[in-house]
Amino acid sequence: MDKSTPILIVDDYRTMLRIIRNLLKQLDFENVEEASDGSEALVKLRAGHFGLVISDWNMAPMTGLDLLKEVRADARLRELPFIMITAESKTENVIAAKQAGVSNYIVKPFNAETLREKIEKVMAHA
Amino acid sequence: MPDAPQERIEAAVRSVLGSISGDLNGRETLLLGELEGLGQEIARAKREMAALQTGGIPADHIPVATDELDAVLGHTAEAANEILDCCEGLESLARDLPPGPAAAVAAAVTRIYEACSFQDITGQRIAKVVAVLKSIEGRLGQIGERYGATPPSVITPANQGRALANGPQMPGVGTSQADIDSLLASFD
Repeated sequence: MDKSTPILIVDDYRTMLRIIRNLLKQLDFENVEEASDGSEALVKLRAGHFGLVISDWNMAPMTGLDLLKEVRADARLRELPFIMITAESKTENVIAAKQAGVSNYIVKPFNAETLREKIEKVMAHA
Repeated sequence: MPDAPQERIEAAVRSVLGSISGDLNGRETLLLGELEGLGQEIARAKREMAALQTGGIPADHIPVATDELDAVLGHTAEAANEILDCCEGLESLARDLPPGPAAAVAAAVTRIYEACSFQDITGQRIAKVVAVLKSIEGRLGQIGERYGATPPSVITPANQGRALANGPQMPGVGTSQADIDSLLASFD
């Protein structure tokens, strides 16, 4: 797995962005950018060349699910690996995310090992 | 035609009572008793609602409660960021340690990072409580004016993300990571 892959992490909690960034750093992923909601993320994704998105669900104005749908509807971004990390743990949420094309789904609170495992799994299929 | 639901019910009761004439059979007597009871319940409910004096709750108590919860959120964010500052400092120091102790520090710091996600979870839980309080605030503002039911919101592709955003579930209520993995695998 290429550890230099540019990763965009999306969360409206600054603390959570910091935690995910630090956990990624411990997994040797240092090429990480941040966005605080789906709208900002979409602008960054369209302007850059990211290899993975790790996004929260519950953000305003654009949720993670809406961001996922925009990504999958965009011809240039539609194959981009997309992991949802969220406290939304209802089955209907997981199904909605899967139907929208999520690559994998991590429920909060999560640990570093789960993050590593899901990234490896998603990147292996990228 | 009366507008409020309770007035419509009262009008209907009066209309039924007015239409009954002559001797009543057993079924009509039972119905009359039920209608009288219903009328008394409505009158009692109206008196109780008028006596509730809910004005102070939406005006003072709920705004204070939401401010307090916002403050809790601010304090926990501040504390979590302080902890993260310390962890990042420890990681810097660990680079100068021998491999064994450095690995031990890294493992401990990882666990602290994982634990610090409490701030996000508690924040979302508090946001849910604030939303409930604001809903109660709105309902109390309407009480005494009308008692109609709110129509359920419809989920569309455009609002699905917001409509399904329920926040953290109580322990044992949400879906576990293992169940989510199984569910996703079932699509493959």
